[in-house]
Amino acid sequence: MITQIPLVYYLALAAALFCIGSFGALSRRNAIAVLMGIELMLNAVNINLVAFWRYGAADPLVDQAGIVFALFVITLAAAEAAIGLALIIAIYRSRDTVNVEEINLLKW
Amino acid sequence: MDVSTIIAQLLFFLVAALTLTAAFLTVLARNVFHAALALVGTFFGVAAIYLMLEAEFLAIVQILIYIGAIAVLILFAVMLTRGLMQHDQISFNHQWAWVALVVGTLFLGMFILILQVPWLQSGAAVTADTVPSLGQQLMTTYLLPFEVVSVLLLATLVGAFIIARE
Amino acid sequence: MDILSFILNPFVSLYNLIRDALTALLLSFGIASDVVAIIVFLVMGLIVVTAILILAPVLMMYTTLLERKVVARMQDRIGPNRVGKFGLLQPIADMIKFLTKEDIVPEGVDRVSHLLAPIVSVIPVVLSFAVLSFGVGMGAVDLNLGLLFLMAMGSMATIAVFMAGFGSHNKFALIGGMRAAAQIISYEIPQIFAVAIPVMLAGSISLNRVIEQQSGLFGLGWFFFYVPVGPIAFFVYLLAATAEINRVPFDLPEAESELVAGYHTEYSGMKFGLFYLAEFLNMFIISAIAASIFFGGWQGPFVQQVPALGIVYFFGKTFLLIIIQLWFRGSLPRIRVDQLMNFGWKRLVPVMIGTILFTAVLLWFYRGVLDYLKGLGG
Repeated sequence: MITQIPLVYYLALAAALFCIGSFGALSRRNAIAVLMGIELMLNAVNINLVAFWRYGAADPLVDQAGIVFALFVITLAAAEAAIGLALIIAIYRSRDTVNVEEINLLKW
Repeated sequence: MDVSTIIAQLLFFLVAALTLTAAFLTVLARNVFHAALALVGTFFGVAAIYLMLEAEFLAIVQILIYIGAIAVLILFAVMLTRGLMQHDQISFNHQWAWVALVVGTLFLGMFILILQVPWLQSGAAVTADTVPSLGQQLMTTYLLPFEVVSVLLLATLVGAFIIARE
Repeated sequence: MDILSFILNPFVSLYNLIRDALTALLLSFGIASDVVAIIVFLVMGLIVVTAILILAPVLMMYTTLLERKVVARMQDRIGPNRVGKFGLLQPIADMIKFLTKEDIVPEGVDRVSHLLAPIVSVIPVVLSFAVLSFGVGMGAVDLNLGLLFLMAMGSMATIAVFMAGFGSHNKFALIGGMRAAAQIISYEIPQIFAVAIPVMLAGSISLNRVIEQQSGLFGLGWFFFYVPVGPIAFFVYLLAATAEINRVPFDLPEAESELVAGYHTEYSGMKFGLFYLAEFLNMFIISAIAASIFFGGWQGPFVQQVPALGIVYFFGKTFLLIIIQLWFRGSLPRIRVDQLMNFGWKRLVPVMIGTILFTAVLLWFYRGVLDYLKGLGG
């Protein structure tokens, strides 16, 4: 599997996923959809980390920095989702909307 | 190109196509619930990519955390804010065309960059089960980040509870 | 002698026989040996998958009969006894009923979610069968992360529940779906903690290694007997897993007096049949996991000499645990939502955190003593 697929394929896939995710994060109106875009971007980063671990590490068994980093990213994504969704629900309670364009109390 | 290369590459393209289709559906679907379901599909595709990269542990963790926890949280939030999900609502903001342009350019730039760098062509073989050594390293080399992440998770738990409390 | 060993270990011997015959046959056609290896791998994989896909529905059908019989006895009734001797053909009649019923799709449903939810609920359960070990050397896949895989598959059930609840366009289905999802993610935590105890004792997260570690004392060195951590972990696992699959006394998502039938209110015909299938297969899977990690799975006396006994031991233990769950159903009332959440978060989770700490200290102490004894000998 490793000798047959060049690293470039994984990098291109991750780049595409990252761009799709950033499009979603920047252009959706629903705050939950924005969060989904961010999750896609984090996944793209994880693919890169794991691919570089697999192709780049001299001994994948001894040097598992890529896997460890990906694990931390997954943990942080979980934390980010929990806090982000808690914020969205709190805003929904007080403002009755999850549209990011209407959440503009701090705008002058 | 021998048979195994063709099979492996076909498999990769199949998984990649499914992942990207699901990702597109996630950002394009009007119904946020459908977007969340497509997100679950994307997570599955990424788990399959991890399997192809021989990171079995990460693939299972991806299913357990991303699908079992994060996707469920997102679905919960979608349900709790359900009153707004009318189908005729416009799902993009007014700047989406600019965003599409910028993101497309970004992808083209990254793609050209990726093609020009002489990457390593293949990694060293994995000789044994990677999980015991991963656990060992989490408890020795990466002990400090590991502990910091656990404190962060605890803070998140308390913070999310306080923010979302009525 | 050959026939004797075949009788003592029928399924594995049959598998090896077919594999060797196929290899010899293909080699005699003059096909290259590496291509033969690929073909034999695929064909044998297909045979194993077919066997599992036949085994799963049959198990489910007879678990439903068992449930109806056992609960009937507890309520001083006889239970199904019209179709076949002792009602043994009743499950087949039920299946025919499911297949021939009209498939009603209510108006206003979210078609994608409504259609996909039953399928999504069955897939992870059937995938779980791949890593179970039914007897000596009788697992489809020897995954080195078997238990983690089983937990991941269990956590996927929430998605199907959400899809059914949202897709049905029905307030009872929606409330039932939300309740089920909240319950599943709450009880997943004590469940995974409870599974961590045998993993710590065995020093491996592979289901097969965990079973092999329980071979002491003539195949009775089960982790359940590691007092006090084994029994605590087992009872917490049993409760949490029962809650995870929404069965009595934790069946609030399907509380018929409040919610009609919960998230599958709007399903009929074979779509409801698939939910039914997933529910009973889930019951089998959690019983099989409990039997494997706490009661040694196929381990038992004389299993090394007579491997066929392993299958008997495994299914015997699994069905005993299923009957315990049916006993719950026959005797316990349903609990309230606040009781459910309090019990999960304020009782089970702290108990399991304490048990994990205690197990770690115990193992550390035990290892220290072993090192000391080794030092004395050397």
